Amino acid sequence: MKCDVWASRRRRAGAMVAIAALSLVAAGCGKGAQGSASGGEITVGLITKTDTNPFFVKMKEGAQKEAQAKGVKLMTAAGKFDGDNASQVTAVENMIAAGVKGILITPSDTKAIVPSLQKARAKGIEVIALDTPPDPQSSADALFATNNLNAGILIGKYAKASFGTKPAKIAMLDLAPGITVGVLRHNGFLQGFGLKQGDPGIVCQQDTQGDQAKGQTAMENCLQKAPDINLVYTINEPAALGAYTALKAAGKEKNVMIVSIDGGCTGVKAVQSGQIAATSQQYPLKMASQGVDAVVDFAKGGKKVGGYTDTGVNLITSKAQPGVDSKDVQFGLANCWG
Amino acid sequence: MSTVTATDRTEVSQQRSALSRASHFLTLPAVGPLFALLLACVYFSVRTDRFLTGANLSLVVQQVMVVGALAVGQTIVILTAGIDLSNGAVMALGSIFMTKLAVHSGMPGIGAILIGIAVCTAFGALNGTLVTMAKLPPFIVTLGTWNIAFALTHVYSNEQTITGLPTSLTFLGRTFPLGNTDVTYGSVLMLLLFAVAWYVLRQTAAGRHVYAVGDNREAARLTGIPDRRLLLTVYTVAGVIYGIAALLLIGRTSVGDPQAGQTDNLDSITAVVLGGVSLFGGRGSIIGALCGALIVGVIRNGLQLTGVPSIYQVLITGILVILAVSVDQLARRRRT
Repeated sequence: MKCDVWASRRRRAGAMVAIAALSLVAAGCGKGAQGSASGGEITVGLITKTDTNPFFVKMKEGAQKEAQAKGVKLMTAAGKFDGDNASQVTAVENMIAAGVKGILITPSDTKAIVPSLQKARAKGIEVIALDTPPDPQSSADALFATNNLNAGILIGKYAKASFGTKPAKIAMLDLAPGITVGVLRHNGFLQGFGLKQGDPGIVCQQDTQGDQAKGQTAMENCLQKAPDINLVYTINEPAALGAYTALKAAGKEKNVMIVSIDGGCTGVKAVQSGQIAATSQQYPLKMASQGVDAVVDFAKGGKKVGGYTDTGVNLITSKAQPGVDSKDVQFGLANCWG
Repeated sequence: MSTVTATDRTEVSQQRSALSRASHFLTLPAVGPLFALLLACVYFSVRTDRFLTGANLSLVVQQVMVVGALAVGQTIVILTAGIDLSNGAVMALGSIFMTKLAVHSGMPGIGAILIGIAVCTAFGALNGTLVTMAKLPPFIVTLGTWNIAFALTHVYSNEQTITGLPTSLTFLGRTFPLGNTDVTYGSVLMLLLFAVAWYVLRQTAAGRHVYAVGDNREAARLTGIPDRRLLLTVYTVAGVIYGIAALLLIGRTSVGDPQAGQTDNLDSITAVVLGGVSLFGGRGSIIGALCGALIVGVIRNGLQLTGVPSIYQVLITGILVILAVSVDQLARRRRT
């Protein structure tokens, strides 16, 4: 009996060695083209909310291309889910330890990440927020992002131009309470359309978390509340497609206009097929590539960039309205992400 | 003459005991994970000169302190052949209680901390009561309390991150110099938790009873071990430890974050399993769990330093977990 226990333990120790060895092999496989961060090489860190969202995939692609073009090394990390602050904190620390010159980050939790950003800046690292500003915004050196208010104004103007004097019954499918991006887009849309919050024309307002299934549920509920809705504002294209599914099920998809924001490839295709009337396209690739450029300039002895850089937004539609600047679907598809 | 012989004998017996101690050491359940940990450290030290520095190693310990503390509670639960899926969510709830009471209600830090720990302890006691009195499987009980704690966290925090914490809450994130290296108090507290748990599990009757109940609850009961009371105590103590983890979490991030800890239940189980603790209960060492937590931290840190995207860390962890459980299964089969 005792012998057996010993033998099994020895065998187990052997297997643990095998595990360790395998971990090294796996690590070795992963390293591939990228070498160590030491030496005189410039390293740029990119931390996104998740690895899976196409928006961030495109962002990473932009950073990688630019890093290659400039001959610098890119180091990437991401949270496990949207809102995963702990992983982002860990990534910032590890990048500081790795000796990066700059960190590009899309904060998952705009307030919780602040102490880590301060730590990085105290070490002389340039910190640039991409897409989402930290709170307070001054805790990053600079912000490269879409002007979300403008993105909202564009689709608001477009909707107003196509409705003319026809009375609009509006459903607003929002993001979630208290999230800046959602509030800015919402307010931008109202401003562009020429409405005030609380106007009786806004017949329904629901949160969707930017999720397709939740967008569908929200639209179904809105139609229960007000069956005569003829204009739907959506926080992003997944929510828009969810709304479209609900409208189609109710047989109302022909008479209701959906406007949205994002410019993902799925969204632009939905514009092409007429499911979405117009969408404001933003450019994650540009945010990342400009971010890499800024860090490289800084590392080569230039100054740190500061303030806010608008990475631009374009209205994509196949039915342009007079007086509202827009680009066609071909342009949208050529520049879309995901 | 006779005295010399006596000395010789003592020397011989000392040598023998040193030998047997050495061979005993090699068969300790924590040796495998420890070896794997050292191997990973050696590998990364060779790959990058930034790995093996005091500052970086201190950083790794700091990065695993929250999951490490949770793993202490998880280990004692798993040693009884149970499982705790609720620990990350319970910790998050505790941290929200601590931060919200201190910041929004202006309660002194120590009061807020005690209430936060009490909330976590209550959840632990609830888990224990449901497992022992209602005789529900631990998996189901803690699946339920996981969701309850998660929901309460979001309701109570109103989805808002709490900032501007007083230093009476964040002191565990502070550092003190050890040689040339800054070490956080939180890292020391985590190591202390492991040391206490190791002592209790190894050296006290209650600790041995945990192993006995986990190995064979019926047999343990028949030998006179109060199995129900023991299980209730284990889950409650685990709750206390999650409360301490909540304080560590606050020290580490300096905010009250309602999104925190969402994957920490699985991460703590990962650490325990990598540490060679058997999910079937009754076997394994708490020091193994510490090694397990550190292995995850070292791989994450090392891969980042060598420029490998973080997703590979997840991949490697997954492979390691399956290997570790396979080893446990093989060991069990040989034993029975």
